[in-house]
Amino acid sequence: MSSTVNQIQDLTQQEYKWGFVTSVDEDRLPPGLNEDVIRAIAAKKGEPEFMLEWRLKSYRYWASQEQKQAEPKWANVKFAPIDYQAISYYSAPKKKKELKSLEEVDPEILDTYTKLGIPLHEQKLLAGVAVDAVFDSVSVATTFKEKLAEAGVIFCSFSEAVKNHPELVKKYLGSVVPHTDNFFAALNSAVFSDGSFVYVPKGVRCPMELSTYFRINAQNTGQFERTLIIADEGAYVSYLEGCTAPIRDENQLHAAVVELIAHDNATIKYSTVQNWYPGDKEGKGGIYNFVTKRGKALGKNSKISWTQVETGSAITWKYPSCILQGDNSVGEFYSVALTNNYQQADTGTKMIHIGKNTKSTVVSKGISAGHGQNTYRGMVKILKGAQGARNYTQCDSLLIGDKCGAHTFPYIEVKNASARMEHEASTSKIGEDQIFYLQQRGISKEEAVSMIINGFCKAVFKELPMEFAVEAQKLLSISLEGSVG
Amino acid sequence: MSLLEIKNLHASVNGNEILKGIDLTVNPGEVHSIMGPNGSGKSTLAQVLARRESYQVTGGSVSFAGKDLLERKPEDAACEGLFMAFQYPVEIPGISNAYFLRAALNALRKYRGEDEMDAMDFLPLLREKMRMLEMDERFLNRPVNEGFSGGEKKRNEIVQMAVLEPRLAVLDETDSGLDIDALKIVAKGVNAMRSKDRAMVLVTHYQRLLDYIVPDFVHVLVNGRIVKSGGPELALELEQKGYSWTERELAGARR
Repeated sequence: MSSTVNQIQDLTQQEYKWGFVTSVDEDRLPPGLNEDVIRAIAAKKGEPEFMLEWRLKSYRYWASQEQKQAEPKWANVKFAPIDYQAISYYSAPKKKKELKSLEEVDPEILDTYTKLGIPLHEQKLLAGVAVDAVFDSVSVATTFKEKLAEAGVIFCSFSEAVKNHPELVKKYLGSVVPHTDNFFAALNSAVFSDGSFVYVPKGVRCPMELSTYFRINAQNTGQFERTLIIADEGAYVSYLEGCTAPIRDENQLHAAVVELIAHDNATIKYSTVQNWYPGDKEGKGGIYNFVTKRGKALGKNSKISWTQVETGSAITWKYPSCILQGDNSVGEFYSVALTNNYQQADTGTKMIHIGKNTKSTVVSKGISAGHGQNTYRGMVKILKGAQGARNYTQCDSLLIGDKCGAHTFPYIEVKNASARMEHEASTSKIGEDQIFYLQQRGISKEEAVSMIINGFCKAVFKELPMEFAVEAQKLLSISLEGSVG
Repeated sequence: MSLLEIKNLHASVNGNEILKGIDLTVNPGEVHSIMGPNGSGKSTLAQVLARRESYQVTGGSVSFAGKDLLERKPEDAACEGLFMAFQYPVEIPGISNAYFLRAALNALRKYRGEDEMDAMDFLPLLREKMRMLEMDERFLNRPVNEGFSGGEKKRNEIVQMAVLEPRLAVLDETDSGLDIDALKIVAKGVNAMRSKDRAMVLVTHYQRLLDYIVPDFVHVLVNGRIVKSGGPELALELEQKGYSWTERELAGARR
C-alpha cells in the first residue's frame, strides 16, 4: 500500500506550467486603500457620478467591517492575515492608443495568451467563441463583437458598459450581490477594476458561447473583477470563464463578484475552469480566491446553471449560488474541486428556494491529494412559500494518499412541508486495485489515475461545453501529476 | 523457444513467503492448468506474473517471450502480451466499458508501434467479441464492471481478452461464481481463443472448468510448490481423491 502512496505523491509533483511574467508598461496606483484611492480609480476609468457614489458607499461599509475585524472566519481554511493597505488596487497596461483590432494588441500580451494556449488569432477563426480578454484589469481585445451586435447581444468590458449602457448597469449592479453582502464583496464593490458585462435581449439565443480569459499579471495587485450577466425574457446565454496566473512568491488576493439575472423563461449557463497558481509544493505563494458568485432566477421558468472545475489557487472560498425566485425556476451547481500539496478549498453552493415548484440540483466532486484540504459547504433553503420545491444533492469526495482531508458541511433548512429533499454523499480512496487493473490492461499508471479521476468527475464534465471539458480533463491530469506514486 | 519460463520462483506477501520455488515452462499453443487447495499460492502466482507490486519476488527468475518479466512494470508486461483475467474484476465508475477497452487496446498498439484505432473501427470489433460471450450491447456504455453481476464481470474479462489478443492469458479462478450456463459461455469464449501462438494458464480450484476447457497439462500446487504434473487425467484423479491425496503423496516422497 505504501508504494501506492508514493506513486500518488510522484504524480502530483508537477511544476506549474504557466508561470511566466509578461513585461508590459503598467499604470498602477501605489499600495493602500482610502477614499482618495476610490476616487482615483473612478477618475482613471472616467466613470459617471453614480458609480463613484456606489464605490464610496461600498468602501465605507467595507471600512466599517474592517474596523470591526469582520473579515469572515467561518471557512475551513487557514491563512496569514491580509494587509489590505499593502495591496495596489489599480493596475492597467499603459495604452498607447485606442485598439481597433487584434493586430494592434501588444505582441507580448498576445504571446502570453499563446503560452496559455489561447491564440486570439486562431480564436478569431474558431467560429462560435468570442473572447473578451482581460489582461490584469483592463480589457485589451474583444472579438466577435459585430456578430453579437447583430443579434442584439451586448458583450463588453464592464468599463464600456458603464460608459455605453449606464441605465442597465445602474438597474442591475448590486441587485443580486448587494455591496453589504459580505466583506470581500464589499471590497470588490469599492475597488473593482473591470470585468465583463453581458446583456441578452428578449427572446434571443446568444449565437455563440461567450468566453473570457482572466489573467493576473502585475505583482502585488489584487485583482477585483466584476461580472454582470443579464438574460432578458426567453433569452439564453452560455458563458465560459477560464483563468491562469503566473508564479508569484507572495499571496495575491483575488476577490471577484459575479451577478447573474435570469428573467422569465431565460437560461444562463456559467462555466468556470480555474487553474490559478496554487502555490509551490511547500505551500508557499499562490492565489487567494475569495469570490462571490450568485445568480437570481428572477422570472418564472428561468434557469441558472453553474459548472465549475477548480484546480488552482492556494485558497478557494467560493459558493456559486442560486436564488430561485420565479415559480418553476431551476438552479444547478456542478463542481469539481481539486486540492493538492497545501491547497485549501472551501467551496459549495447555496440554493434558496422562494418560488413555487422550484428545483435545484447539486453535484459536487471533491478530490484531495498531497496535504490538500477540501471542504464542501452547501446550503439548501426552502422558504415558506416554496410549495413543491425539490432538491437533489450528491456530494462525493475522493482521497489520494493519506495526508489529505475531505470535509463536508451540508446545511438544509426547510420551511415548507411539501418539499422533497434528497442528499447522497460518499467518500472513497483511489484504489491500488483500480490502478493495477488498468495497468494490467496496458494503461500506464499516470493514465490510469487520470482515467479514474475523470470517471469520478464525469457527472460534472458532461455539463461543460466540449472544448472546456477537454481542457478540464487535461488540467486535472496536470494538477495531479506526481500525486499517485 | 518457450513463451514463459519460471525457475525456482519465490514470492512473499507482507513478509510471508507464499511461493517457495516454482518451476514451470509454458510453450506457445499450450494450455496449462494450475490446481490446488485454498491458500496454496495459485492466485499469488497469477499476480506475480502480472507484476502486482504488493507481491515481492524474493528469488528465482521468470522470462516471458525471451525477456526478464520481473524487470517489467505491470503495463509493460501487458503490452508484451500478458493478460490476466481477474478473480475479482474491479469497478471503474464513470468510465464506459467501450472507452476503457479502446484505451487499453490503443496502449498495446502504441507499444507495438501500430496506429491507434478510432472508435469507428473499434466498436464493430468489440460488438463481435461481446456477441461471442453473449453479452448485451448495453454493456458497451456501462461503466467498467459497475453494477455487473458476478457472472457478467467474468464474461467481461473474457471479452477483454478477446479484444486484446494476448500471447499469454492467465485466468485466475475465472470459473468461481459462475453458474453452469455462464461457465459454458465463458469456456466457449476461451476455447475460441486457443491457437498455436497463444498459451493459457488456468488457475482453478475445481476440476469443473476443465470439463469445458481441456488443458494440455495439469499442475498441482500445494504450499507454494508444484508437487505433481501430468495430463488432463490428473485433474480427474484429483477430483476423486481430493487435494489431501497429493499432500500425503508429497509427505511420502519427502520421507
